[in-house]
Amino acid sequence: MATYKVLIIDDEPGIREGTKRILQNFKVDYPFMDEQIDFQVLEAGTGKSGIEIIDRELPEILLLDNKLPDIQGVEVLEYVKSKHYDIIVVMITSYASLELAVKATRDGAFDFIPKPFTPQEIRASVENITKQIFLKRMTQTLNNTGKQIRFQFLSVLSHELKAPLNAIDGYLKMIKDRQFGNNVDAYEEMLDRSMERIKGMRQLILDLLDLTKIETGKPTQKLEKVNIRKIIQMAVDTIRPYAIQKDVDLYINSREEIQMKADAGEIEIIMNNLISNAVKYNKPGGRVDVFLEKKDGQLKITVSDTGIGLKNEDQEKIFDDFVRIKSSQTREVTGSGLGLSIVKKIVDMYQGNIEVQSEPDKGTSFIITLIEPEA
Amino acid sequence: MKKKILIVDDDMDYLFQMRMKVEQMGFETITAESQAEAEKVIQEIKPDLCILDLMMESDDSGFILSYKIKRKYPDVPVIIATAVTAETGMTFDVHADENTQWINADLFLDKGIRFDQLQREIKKLLKL
Repeated sequence: MATYKVLIIDDEPGIREGTKRILQNFKVDYPFMDEQIDFQVLEAGTGKSGIEIIDRELPEILLLDNKLPDIQGVEVLEYVKSKHYDIIVVMITSYASLELAVKATRDGAFDFIPKPFTPQEIRASVENITKQIFLKRMTQTLNNTGKQIRFQFLSVLSHELKAPLNAIDGYLKMIKDRQFGNNVDAYEEMLDRSMERIKGMRQLILDLLDLTKIETGKPTQKLEKVNIRKIIQMAVDTIRPYAIQKDVDLYINSREEIQMKADAGEIEIIMNNLISNAVKYNKPGGRVDVFLEKKDGQLKITVSDTGIGLKNEDQEKIFDDFVRIKSSQTREVTGSGLGLSIVKKIVDMYQGNIEVQSEPDKGTSFIITLIEPEA
Repeated sequence: MKKKILIVDDDMDYLFQMRMKVEQMGFETITAESQAEAEKVIQEIKPDLCILDLMMESDDSGFILSYKIKRKYPDVPVIIATAVTAETGMTFDVHADENTQWINADLFLDKGIRFDQLQREIKKLLKL
């Protein structure tokens, strides 16, 4: 529940009292936002005392009579404008001349209520304004958190880019200084580690490109009938050399040619990420199984591995940006920490779902369902 | 006897390089790759100085670790080495800021620090 302050500046005590009564038990509802707003009414009988209250209380809404004993209502309006106060002003006036209306509107008056007014007229105007203020504030908050997220993303990103550079830089300096003598063999491992870090950085850049493609969104999405099994086969073929190196077997457990309307590039990104993870976090002699089926316009793909598995508490984190699960088993595995967050973003675009089932030391299954887009 | 320096960092390459540097300065090293591992180490061993990474399991692992080390061994100097300051423009002042008082670290260093600077800082803290 929020309370907005309404200030009424009018020299007639009866009008001030009436307005107070009208707004006292009045509430504006935003059922879908779970928000209710009520009002605290402040009052002033002159322009100058009104300005004092404005400075002190910063009301959200100002109901302003133009004909005041000391200064004119429009002068109060000018003051509010000159101070850049975020106040919505409604002029209450019995003889709104065209000239006055034009001037007041130019100075930012939001609405006019003719005098004498009915309770309904005041309520309608206040409700309208309240909703506008509420939405404006909501948008501001959303924009701010959006900026905040962006900032966090960039600072983590720069950290992720700098760490491998520092590592490689450090090794190169050690090699340059011949810290372990003149025999090249002594530096073998440093060179291997440097190359591994370069590989990690290259992957990060590729993932960032994928992410950019997704975030710029729909315009580049190309929906057409694609052969899902073929895309999976391609992903498996791409990853096969790496799997052989890691002594992991890859199987596609479906002979069916499954067609679905989708963006081939996006399905490819999903499959490359899931299958390469399944190999990366596997054990020597392990296997990766891909299952796929389509039922009632829903495509279900499961990628199961016999790898190191995930702890319960880690299963919730893995879809966030830059999250990598650190353990003695993953210390030498490089990755950007973006893969699964990218997969999740694409799955969301298909109003789909991604689920993880895992047991430490036994293996992990990722199950995704995608809904075929209409038209 | 050689002074023992505990180095904690989850980047295995950085850890290796730091260990090499510190050993070349003539110190003995103990290493840990996570906050959890370091917490186990300090149960068994009292180091003469600690060099901690900031972001490990969580974004503030180094702070928490520093707090725990200082609680157990108030006289052991703690250096927090971080790349965070340079990247985010966040600055920490070990002594001035009330929010960082509880961390109790003796020094914050940028990870890109030069060998000779690091050596000077370590010697100063160990009063050598």
